[in-house]
Amino acid sequence: MSDVVEKTLTALPSLLSLDSQPGSAKLSTHSKLGNLIRGITELTSKHEEEKLIQRELSSIKEQVSSPSTTMRQMKELMVRSIYCEMLGYEASFSYIHAIKLAQQGNVLEKRVGYLAVSLFLNESHELLLLLVNTVLKDLQSTNLIEVCMALTVVSQMFPKDMIPAILPLVEEKLNHSKEIIRRKAVLALYKFYLIAPNQVQHIHNKFRKALCDKDPGVMSASLHIFLQLIQENSEAYKDLTASFVTILKQVVAGKLPMDFNYHCVPAPWLQIHLLRILSLLGKNDQSTSEIMYEILDESLQRAEMNHNITYAILYECVRCIYTIHPKSDLLEKAAKCIGNFVMSPRINLKYLGLKALTYVVQQDPKLVLQHQMTIIECLDHPDLIIKRETLELLFRITNAQNVTVIVEKMLDFLRVSKDDHTTIDLVGKVAELAEKYAPDNEWFIETMNTVFSVGGDMMQPDIPNSFLKLLLEGFDSVEEDKKLRLFAVNSYVSLLQGEPNKLPQRFLQVICWVLGEYSHLSKDVEPDVLLRLLVKLLDTKSCSNETKTWVLMAMTKLCSGGAALSVAHEVSEMYGSSMDTVLRQRVQELQHLSQDAQLQTRVLPQCASHKPVEVDSSLSFLDGFVSEALAAGAAPYKPPHQRQEELSRSKALSLEPYGLSLPISMSSCSVTDRQSPTLLSMSSGLSGDSTELSHKGSSTTLKLDGVKRVWGREGYLAQKEPAEEAAQVEASSPLQSSSQKADEDSSHSQTPTQTPDSEHEKQQLASSLFVGLASQSSGSVGGKSEQTSQRFRRKARNQDKPLSSSEHLTNLLVSPSGSADNLLLDSNSSSDLISSPEQTHVHSLDLTAANGTCDAEAELPDRDVKGLKSPLSRDASVPAADFTPHEDPDRRKDLCLTSHLPAALSGLSHSEVTLVCSDQSLDLSACHVQKDESIEFVVFIKNSSDSAAHRVQVQINCEELEVSCVCDSTAEELKSNSVTVCQYFLTVKRPSVSFELVGMVYYQKPAGSLQTAQFSYKLPLTSFIRPLAVSTEEYGTMWLAYSHDTKQNLPLMSGEDEPLTATLNVLKTKLQLHVVEIIGKEGIVACCLRPDQPCLVHCRVHAGMLAVWLRSPVPDLPDCLLYHCQRALQEH
Amino acid sequence: MMRFLLLFSRQGKLRLQKWFTAMTDREKKKIIREMTTIVLARQPRSCNFLQWKDLKIIYKRYASLYFCLGVENQENELLALEIIHRYVELLDKYFGNVCELDIIFNFEKAYFILDEFLMGGEIQETSKQTVNRAIESSDMLQEDDHSEWYEVELFGP
Repeated sequence: MSDVVEKTLTALPSLLSLDSQPGSAKLSTHSKLGNLIRGITELTSKHEEEKLIQRELSSIKEQVSSPSTTMRQMKELMVRSIYCEMLGYEASFSYIHAIKLAQQGNVLEKRVGYLAVSLFLNESHELLLLLVNTVLKDLQSTNLIEVCMALTVVSQMFPKDMIPAILPLVEEKLNHSKEIIRRKAVLALYKFYLIAPNQVQHIHNKFRKALCDKDPGVMSASLHIFLQLIQENSEAYKDLTASFVTILKQVVAGKLPMDFNYHCVPAPWLQIHLLRILSLLGKNDQSTSEIMYEILDESLQRAEMNHNITYAILYECVRCIYTIHPKSDLLEKAAKCIGNFVMSPRINLKYLGLKALTYVVQQDPKLVLQHQMTIIECLDHPDLIIKRETLELLFRITNAQNVTVIVEKMLDFLRVSKDDHTTIDLVGKVAELAEKYAPDNEWFIETMNTVFSVGGDMMQPDIPNSFLKLLLEGFDSVEEDKKLRLFAVNSYVSLLQGEPNKLPQRFLQVICWVLGEYSHLSKDVEPDVLLRLLVKLLDTKSCSNETKTWVLMAMTKLCSGGAALSVAHEVSEMYGSSMDTVLRQRVQELQHLSQDAQLQTRVLPQCASHKPVEVDSSLSFLDGFVSEALAAGAAPYKPPHQRQEELSRSKALSLEPYGLSLPISMSSCSVTDRQSPTLLSMSSGLSGDSTELSHKGSSTTLKLDGVKRVWGREGYLAQKEPAEEAAQVEASSPLQSSSQKADEDSSHSQTPTQTPDSEHEKQQLASSLFVGLASQSSGSVGGKSEQTSQRFRRKARNQDKPLSSSEHLTNLLVSPSGSADNLLLDSNSSSDLISSPEQTHVHSLDLTAANGTCDAEAELPDRDVKGLKSPLSRDASVPAADFTPHEDPDRRKDLCLTSHLPAALSGLSHSEVTLVCSDQSLDLSACHVQKDESIEFVVFIKNSSDSAAHRVQVQINCEELEVSCVCDSTAEELKSNSVTVCQYFLTVKRPSVSFELVGMVYYQKPAGSLQTAQFSYKLPLTSFIRPLAVSTEEYGTMWLAYSHDTKQNLPLMSGEDEPLTATLNVLKTKLQLHVVEIIGKEGIVACCLRPDQPCLVHCRVHAGMLAVWLRSPVPDLPDCLLYHCQRALQEH
Repeated sequence: MMRFLLLFSRQGKLRLQKWFTAMTDREKKKIIREMTTIVLARQPRSCNFLQWKDLKIIYKRYASLYFCLGVENQENELLALEIIHRYVELLDKYFGNVCELDIIFNFEKAYFILDEFLMGGEIQETSKQTVNRAIESSDMLQEDDHSEWYEVELFGP
């Protein structure tokens, strides 16, 4: 007893001080925590610290579990265990007590309890379930501070599955009278949206209401949600653009209360948030962008003060201006701004300036030219971060002419950089550039050597893969291939003669493979000498087992009689009993093949790489063996998943660990595991040729097949056809003029103290770095390197027409003759051609300065309904069944375009033909046509100018859709006022709530200049949904087979019919679902995207709601369909 | 969105850690280790921004303490720097001329201030007055206090 009293007494001062008033906080140095901290600082070794903390922890442990410990003491104990955890020592025994403290303590103690919980546990911790009740209770508390604490903890970590339990209470808080509660509730819902978007879908309207909250704090909290929502689907929120602009206007004008100011700048966080939202809304959308030009201009002007926060706003403005539909005078101002950043003596601004340049370089390469001298200086900056960012910029402007200089700079950096992530990233970039633009063989091999030795074993495995693939496949010219391989062999032999043990393992593996395959090309290299080198490599300690197998593979290929035999024998003596099975197998192969020359030539023919290896993945050659085994009474083969299923069905409790039955590492089980067909084919021995053999040895890290190739991808600066060269390039040499210009610039702004020599050096560097950026016509350098760079491009596959047109595009942007400006001009002058979009209820917020409140001018619910119903003029997301054209000015156009629909499609229902893009000569309209099994996308290109357009090409892309061309998408000549039609077949690759097709149209005017225009078209998932007619039995078997599912409660429809039938009918008509059967309170519904992409819905009436359960074999499909079901029912 | 905020001393001792997304302890330890090595190795007067994996790291040194904020890639670096600064201002206002010792000995207070300032990885309240009012009034709470007076203090009349 006295012990307890003593403890309490010693704890007293700390208790007092912990609860002390602010300002007197330093008192707490006398607390127990203070003693602990002081104790730690007095220690000298890590070992002593560990001992002290362990002692401390055991004392805490003893006290927390004692029943006589009061909550007040518990609070203090928790603080100490938090401290111990922060030092990296586990105090898991206290987790449960933290929860208890949050549950039972008074407000002050509860606060520490919640803090401890949020620091100790993460979202998936099972103890968190115990917290749910406490949170529930506190959310309902009349004490506002408790409510605040509950909301805070909920937004930090809350089990995902338990969200529905507290959601109604949090939602309720949106209408709370105190703004701090409303704000926290909005942020908590934001967090819910991030971790479980489906759960909060039904309260989207409430988000809109929060946006109009009379308190600016709540409004700005709601912007987090909107930013997220708009990132996912900007189309649905275009109607809010005007509101966001109005809010920004008022913020910029300083109409918010002074409280929101930060260093005299009005609400910078809010401003930046709005700018980010606006840039998302205005992207690829001219009419929306136009709404925001004015305020962007104003923001740029207002942000003048010399403080970090104004620069933050400026930077965001610049990003926004370059993201949305371009406007020339804004771009000019933004460019000036970037210039100021880059030239700034402040290092942070310089960094951001470089980032901005990297961001805009493809749109505006002239800007980079203007600042080339600054960029050169940044290359030598003492801060590696600045250097790194400069290299990133240079990477974007690399072309065949400056590649050697830029790669050299990158390699220089790599040699000093110590950061792994940077090394991995940069090595990848160097490899990409080297493959794309290598001027000659020697340079390529030497660069790749550096890449391999610097990148070491950290680099992405696809770098060595694609390098080897490149050597293997070669190019069109056999002679060139031979030279490249020969050079590689010679270079590697000399590397091996040096100090091979310093080379990274991956590099050694590459070397081994190349030597094994191609050393016969070199007449200077004796196989015996090579074998000796390889044996030496085998003996080095640093050589990993994996590399050893590569070495053995190479030796197997090289061994042919004579002295080689003894080498083989020697090696097999040494490794024949290795613990590594793969290694042992390779040794066996080496031994057997080296003795049988005939077999060796059959298995490993030289130069066999030209014909592809045929891998019999069905393993038909084993059929005889299998049937024999079956006849002998063996059990038939079952795939692993089936076996597992049976296992789980037959036993109630499976004590075997799951998942481990599958091979973990291919190298460890390639021989023994006979279940996987792919593995079997690999270990099925010596049937393949050398390529396959090398594949075998590669284990998991180096695979030559199925690796995405970087090779052949087009670069930033494309090759250009001579014919266009003449048409586009200015007469004077832009290279010279631009460097002169930069010279002039730098004489004003750069440090004048530099000696003329270093200045001259820099200029030389500049001209070699920025060569080709202004134009590609600079004959002297260009001619040769362009020719040689062809070498590594010849074999680029599947890049014919569409790509060549994208080359035109880049040329167009790159040429300094102002065609980029043309692009802007075009779009500006065409703005009046675009039919004025039927603006959906523009809503404005009125923030009044006087009392800091703001009034929403329209009734919200009403507005929301309108917002949903009125079609966005450019959004085609009208439900599939509803195709009645709307009365609008476009109607006439629509009718006449409809007549151009291909005959095969004319009878089918199609969506409204909408104008998607227009410039001074072409009008592009589009619609989609519903066919029974599929959907077709039709683009109408109308030439509205007086002159003909030539070589009209359309290119369409979508991440989630597969777009295939039905009829030829190019037209040689499009006469004035005529129309051409392109048709595309759309299939879903990956389900999404809606799909955005992004297209480019390229054409040539008679004057010769190339024009491009971009457009986008959106269509909802519903357009792809088709009813799936199945029987109830079929439905049952399908249901069990599918793994992706989601569940949700939906509102029931009330009507004349029974609620379930009424609701299902709505879904049937709106989404074209097939109602399979309705039995009592349950109904089953089916639909599909394609026959092989079904989605099944099970509905049950429960507690006045419709509980739906969706299942599909396609990931994401249930979620997306659920979204549309929800919308369909909401709109009804 | 912010991912984490770390405070550590010049010796690399962790003083405060806040994680805004779910992460395992191992990941956390790895990040702490990497951040301290990278940031402490930086020369004075160099750039305050770093690129680390897919995150932007913004750090700033105040006296002997480093503030290190990890944000997602689309965030504005300068603004993140001001978030750090505002947090320091808040600490300063609360403790009165704050120093590292204040944060070591009263780290839970530093957490409470942070929770009023940031929530769920986003900025919650930018006003210095409001944050401090919220903290101070919850500090004043007494055990049996269910009266309304502190509400007036905290939430304004």
